[in-house]
Amino acid sequence: MFKTILMALGLLLPLAAHAGEAEDRGLEIARAAKAHDRGFGDYAADMVMTLRNRRGDTSTRYIRIRTLEMENDGDRSLSIFDEPADVKGTAMLTWSHGLKPDDQWLYLPALKRVKRINSRNKSGPFMGSEFAFEDLGSQEVEKYHYRYLRDEACGESRCHVIERTPAYKYSGYTRQVAWIDPEGYRLRKVDFYDRKNQLLKTLTLSDYRQYLDHYWRPGRMEMVNHQNGKSTLLEWKNYRFRTGLSEKDFRSQALKRLR
Amino acid sequence: MRGLLLLLLAGPALAGGFSGHVAVEVRGFFESGQPGDTVDDNVSLSAQPKWQWALGRDDEVTLELFARLDEREGRQHGDIRELRWLHLDGDNEWRIGIDSLFWGVTESRHLVDVINSIDRLEGLDGEDKLGQPMIHYTRLTANGAFELFLLPGFRPAHYADVEARLTPPLPVAESLAQYESADEERHVDAALRYAASLGEHEIGLSLFRGTQREPEFRNGVRDGRPVLIPYYPQMTQWGLDLQSIVGDWTWKLEAIRREREDGDFNAATVGFEYSFYGILESALDLGVLLEFSADDRDDEIFDQDWFGGLRLVFNDVQSSEILAGLLYDADRHSRSLRIEASRRLGDSWKLNLELQTFSAVAADDPMKLFERDDYLQLELAYYF
Repeated sequence: MFKTILMALGLLLPLAAHAGEAEDRGLEIARAAKAHDRGFGDYAADMVMTLRNRRGDTSTRYIRIRTLEMENDGDRSLSIFDEPADVKGTAMLTWSHGLKPDDQWLYLPALKRVKRINSRNKSGPFMGSEFAFEDLGSQEVEKYHYRYLRDEACGESRCHVIERTPAYKYSGYTRQVAWIDPEGYRLRKVDFYDRKNQLLKTLTLSDYRQYLDHYWRPGRMEMVNHQNGKSTLLEWKNYRFRTGLSEKDFRSQALKRLR
Repeated sequence: MRGLLLLLLAGPALAGGFSGHVAVEVRGFFESGQPGDTVDDNVSLSAQPKWQWALGRDDEVTLELFARLDEREGRQHGDIRELRWLHLDGDNEWRIGIDSLFWGVTESRHLVDVINSIDRLEGLDGEDKLGQPMIHYTRLTANGAFELFLLPGFRPAHYADVEARLTPPLPVAESLAQYESADEERHVDAALRYAASLGEHEIGLSLFRGTQREPEFRNGVRDGRPVLIPYYPQMTQWGLDLQSIVGDWTWKLEAIRREREDGDFNAATVGFEYSFYGILESALDLGVLLEFSADDRDDEIFDQDWFGGLRLVFNDVQSSEILAGLLYDADRHSRSLRIEASRRLGDSWKLNLELQTFSAVAADDPMKLFERDDYLQLELAYYF
């Protein structure tokens, strides 16, 4: 008990003394992580999303993802739905921005309609899953305020633990606590705290593989909701980098030619 | 024929794919219909299979068929919704064959959307369309697209038998259809469209010249009995559609000017959708819609109408959604309520519910015809 209190004091005291320092350190880690991932260009991947409810019933979605890195803006991404069958051919195009709301379009194949959608709804669930839109969006440095908390063992590595407070409007979270390893700046785990500051969800990322001898991507992302007992597993397959995608492939009017 | 069948069956193996749905629909009416309507509640089956063949990187052939089997012979029909070749050449796109498309932004009325004829045997919302033969060229620009259409001929509307519900009081004599153009239904129509995304705004400008897709009706006689004769005038239509996102508001506008031999007229629909996200501390989103339609023509259902709607999106695993809308005619005081709800069952099934009621006051109201046709419809569809 005494040891715990001492440890807690040991953690808290430096924070109290140098509050600005913890923030600088947190921002520094976030910047380093972004810098490490810079230059990937573009990638395509297949995503299998398995939704599991409290009773253990599962439901699966198959989605193809294409992402383009932008120089001075958030990434652009395309999600093409293959299953469930009733939404086959539906595609979502997102131009993410830092603090400005994203631009988003939906292509509805049954009506052959490209529909501009209001993207303010960052906290809403993606496809009925435990992932909110904001969990899957492009991770831009300016989207959060940061605070370094501590270093802590995570698997075979020792992670930086940082707190991220959303700087954008309409987030469903008061804060997130993220575990990032210093070797590859891989996000290992994130705890999400809801608007009442209660622990809501935990995201665990694993099966990382390195592409182009530099860029790490997770093979599995599992989101567990502690409040409703549901979980969602994302399995990423078939990552391909620098496939030759360009801005032209991410135009709203090009949604109709997608296959 | 056998070759086509083999091709269809082998199609999926060639690359591309096979998808679509089959559905069973049950429709029940709350009241007995107009004198002469003999068919009430009914059951029908529909199928909409789609084949896609990718031919290399830049070419694709698509075939989408539609068929409905119905107790009522008049509603039984089939259509080639799509049979087209898509060719991509950088920023140029060619679509040649039978195709359908959608223009516009508003919910209650589709004014600018004039390329395809409406499949009137399918639904009242104008979102089921007959395949239209076309040569369609698209040039993509940095933030938009310029499109050119050549439309050789058009698909005249089909109407259910007069005994059926939701039909005019007199039979429509499709075989006696009259046309302003001497080329009749073979008149070659043309259209242009420019659409662009400019920041928070989506803008579309269109011009169509050719046969008006929905007929005007003239009184006539066939075999000594009174009938309605469809008349298809020529028209030039200028269209504008705009959508702007301002905070949680989505503003929408569709406006047209239609020029015809018998006179010109303007019409517009303007409105917004405002969204509340995560209401009642749940994942539920609630959208509030309000639209106003005005039309220079007095005999139009939408001459001066308000539409108010609520859209509930559950954001659940089953993608449950409810859209309830009330259309109110401000000068004739008639009302029509429509509720659409849908929910996925398991991974491959989908349940759709549709409720529509009509209540007209004035005897000269076009809605009067449907006054006793309130219905509830349930559809169970299997997607593959």
